[in-house]
Amino acid sequence: MNTSGFTTRLVALTRKEMRQMLRDRSNLIVGLLLPVVLILLFGYGLSFDVKDARVTVVLEDGSPAARHAVAGLQGSPYFAPVWVRTMDEAERLMQEDKTDAILYVPGDFSRQQAAGLGRVQLLLNGVDSTTASTIEGYVSGALSRQGGQQGDRLGNKSAGVASVVIVQRTWFNEPGESTWFFVPGLIVLVMTLIGAFLTSLLIAREWERGTLESLFVTPVRSLELVLAKLAPYTLVGAIDLAMCLLSAKYLFRVPMLGSLWVIVVSSMLYLLVSLALGLFISGATKNQFAASQMALLASFMPAMMLSGFIFDLRNVPVVIQGVSYLLPATHFMSLIKTLFMAGDIWPDILRSCAVLSLYALVLIAATCGKLRKTLDETT
Amino acid sequence: MNETPTVVVQNLCKAFVGPDGKRFAAIDHVSMAVRAGELTALVGPDGAGKTTLIRMMAGLLKPDSGSLQVLGIDVAAHPQSVQDRISYMPQRFGLYEDLSVQENLDLYADLHGVPQEQRHERFTRMLDMTDLARFTERPAGKLSGGMKQKLGLACTLVRSPDLLILDEPSVGVDPLSRRDLWKIVQQLVDEEQLSVIVSTAYMDEAERCGRVVVFNHGRLLADGSPGTLRQRARGMTYTASPPQGTPARELQARLIDRPDLIIDAVPRGGNVRFIRRAEEDEPRLKDVLRDAPYEPRPEELEDAFMMLLRQQEGEKGATKPSGEAPSIAVNGRQDQPVIVVRDLVRKFGDFTAVASTSFEVIRGEIFGLLGPNGAGKTTTFRMLCGLLPATSGYLEVAGRNLRTARAEARGRIGYVSQKFALYGNLSVRENLEFFGGAYGLRGQTLKERIAASLEQFDLDPSAQSGILPPGYKQRLAMATGLLHQPDILFLDEPTSGIDPLARRAFWRTITALAKGGVTIVITTHFMEEAEYCDRIAIQDAGKMLALGTPQQVREQTAASGAQDMNSAFIAIVEQGRAQREIAANSI
Repeated sequence: MNTSGFTTRLVALTRKEMRQMLRDRSNLIVGLLLPVVLILLFGYGLSFDVKDARVTVVLEDGSPAARHAVAGLQGSPYFAPVWVRTMDEAERLMQEDKTDAILYVPGDFSRQQAAGLGRVQLLLNGVDSTTASTIEGYVSGALSRQGGQQGDRLGNKSAGVASVVIVQRTWFNEPGESTWFFVPGLIVLVMTLIGAFLTSLLIAREWERGTLESLFVTPVRSLELVLAKLAPYTLVGAIDLAMCLLSAKYLFRVPMLGSLWVIVVSSMLYLLVSLALGLFISGATKNQFAASQMALLASFMPAMMLSGFIFDLRNVPVVIQGVSYLLPATHFMSLIKTLFMAGDIWPDILRSCAVLSLYALVLIAATCGKLRKTLDETT
Repeated sequence: MNETPTVVVQNLCKAFVGPDGKRFAAIDHVSMAVRAGELTALVGPDGAGKTTLIRMMAGLLKPDSGSLQVLGIDVAAHPQSVQDRISYMPQRFGLYEDLSVQENLDLYADLHGVPQEQRHERFTRMLDMTDLARFTERPAGKLSGGMKQKLGLACTLVRSPDLLILDEPSVGVDPLSRRDLWKIVQQLVDEEQLSVIVSTAYMDEAERCGRVVVFNHGRLLADGSPGTLRQRARGMTYTASPPQGTPARELQARLIDRPDLIIDAVPRGGNVRFIRRAEEDEPRLKDVLRDAPYEPRPEELEDAFMMLLRQQEGEKGATKPSGEAPSIAVNGRQDQPVIVVRDLVRKFGDFTAVASTSFEVIRGEIFGLLGPNGAGKTTTFRMLCGLLPATSGYLEVAGRNLRTARAEARGRIGYVSQKFALYGNLSVRENLEFFGGAYGLRGQTLKERIAASLEQFDLDPSAQSGILPPGYKQRLAMATGLLHQPDILFLDEPTSGIDPLARRAFWRTITALAKGGVTIVITTHFMEEAEYCDRIAIQDAGKMLALGTPQQVREQTAASGAQDMNSAFIAIVEQGRAQREIAANSI
């Protein structure tokens, strides 16, 4: 009797939530269209890669050795080199923001190189530090490759003595594509936005319209209300997850080293956390406007800034690190990146999933608490 | 019938923190019992504590002290067991506006665990009673206010509960829907021996109940059958007729200005009904009445109610009605129209909110605009104030054509909106200064006008506006509307949400203003307040159905046996609707 009442009520409430969701066009647009926009925006629009870097080469030494040393800049998609005669000219270009870097090859380069002390100078435009360090990496890569070949050719007679040749290889993201790095993070963002933002309106709306007062004086239990509100948006979240995964595989061709089912299960777990967070905010504020603002501030913004989506968390101040480890998004971010690019690493998977499950339980319990059937102000 | 009481309340207390940060008792040591199978009314003005008591009964609020048993269960300890057995309709019933009528019913039937086999019969009956059978597929949000309320009641009654609690089911509902709602409740009490607790501010509704409990300021003032409560006013109730040619409200004003002799006085049906103090002697009464003849009339529940309120107010030694007639000098002759409306039309897209309406309002007149919800009152009102342009027709206010000189016309009118539209966190004086400035008053003139207003409306200049009691907010709103000494004062539902005593004081000010030459245009949903008006207009579906003095309007429906304004109103609106239906069918 008791359990059948529970099921009847849960089904009735879920049906109600489903209908309300389907009839509210604006909510559906946010739920299904916004993720598409985010996928395209972040997938194509956000990139740390630099193409056609404007490098001005000042070649004071016209010798074949010097020419050869910088030949690596030519014929590469990464560089668009400009050749000038004097440093003054190059500096002018830099001042006018017409170049991103100056590679200075001094007049005595070939002589010095013969002595094993070949030196060039790289000046970078540091206004955009990310681009500057990327170019630095590219240039030194191009030069050392060239230097290496040179060394080989010379039988490593002189150059090899002084210079250490670095053979560089990047693991987990071999081409160094930032898309590979962003797309898994995108799943985190989409799940966060859909979860928290959409559900943040649900309870607040019922408070505002006075529907809760009527619902309270029925056999309904708080848990039924919460579960019924989670159900339809879990479905929307699942559709969004499918869109993310499909675009990751077929649009951006990001490798998925981990097993698909682990990715799906852990993503759904995170979705549940963020749905519950949205519901909790909704129940706590009792006001749609405040709830949606809070949801953005408390979930989407931190997920974007503090979860390691863009910035490596080890480089941020300790306090902010502490804050970011409080965010469920941080745990899921590291998990999903690992799953995509490194594969199933079980200790990581289990630890992160345990943390996420804990969050989900705590938030659902807290939401039930906020939906205690009383109109007394919480004291 | 069950002998054990349905609800037992003992020494119950509940306090809240008010907007001013102080605690106030919403329910103050209340004890009462509700018998099973009976219709019990909780009566009292807004803020009396009715909703708080009802919410405690429904297990939504916890009492601070005292005990409360519903259906033999301690509600505070086991709210859910009570909630499983009662049905409760809050003041604002929670319909899901994007769900259809049927879906709303299904939802509540599922939540209450109504077995499938009983549903068909119950739904049919509910839809039949509420006359919603034609609209089952319509989203609840697209129903009219009255229909929404009826659907709320139907959702509450998807099963036959052990106790039905209705919190002001008729608030904000027009008289027609109000009557329908009560028919449904009455029918259920008769057929199912349902125990019902209903709160209301309407005396005619309380009169239908088996038992009436009167509240004010959280205190229980009286408890008994309507008959026993009426007894309190026995021998003290009279009707006086004003001299030929003078409005009843002038005699009423004279009477209400003598609280030492008269407990209450209201204009009704062209006469003045009053309650005299029992201990006072005839000569002094005759003196106040001057030559007006008067005779005893049977006492009513309303009389007893007003006596109880006055008595409590007297104990507190609170507000006395402002006796002084505020002096506002208005220049211009009487008997000339200050508002001329000809063939006024307002359309919103395909929808005609106001259909070719014509009337005139004379200087110094009190003109009432009545009509059910959605009748076009507010639209008409907004056009008169120049807040909304007319689609077509001629509109002249204070001698200015609203099409060509809207700003000028606005300078001559004062407007008091339905909601408190002043700045809650400013003091009374700051609000007056701001609105005075907005009307172009400055320097010495502004100072003098503010000083006069403060005295006239008995306001404390340093009080924060937002935390004034409703009656005082109303006064402040009036004061700001009158600062620039307008020719015409527009009042939109000014008396909703304020208690009967404050309403008496409000109308006393209005009658004084009218005497001083200010023209008043007012909307109200209290039909008896139409009696203060010189002339009234009744609108429905954008059409003007009746126009004339309250007497004329009542006579228009004499055939249908309407005695008071309320039934006259219902008769006129129903006639209008029937005619419209005939017209629609003949096309």
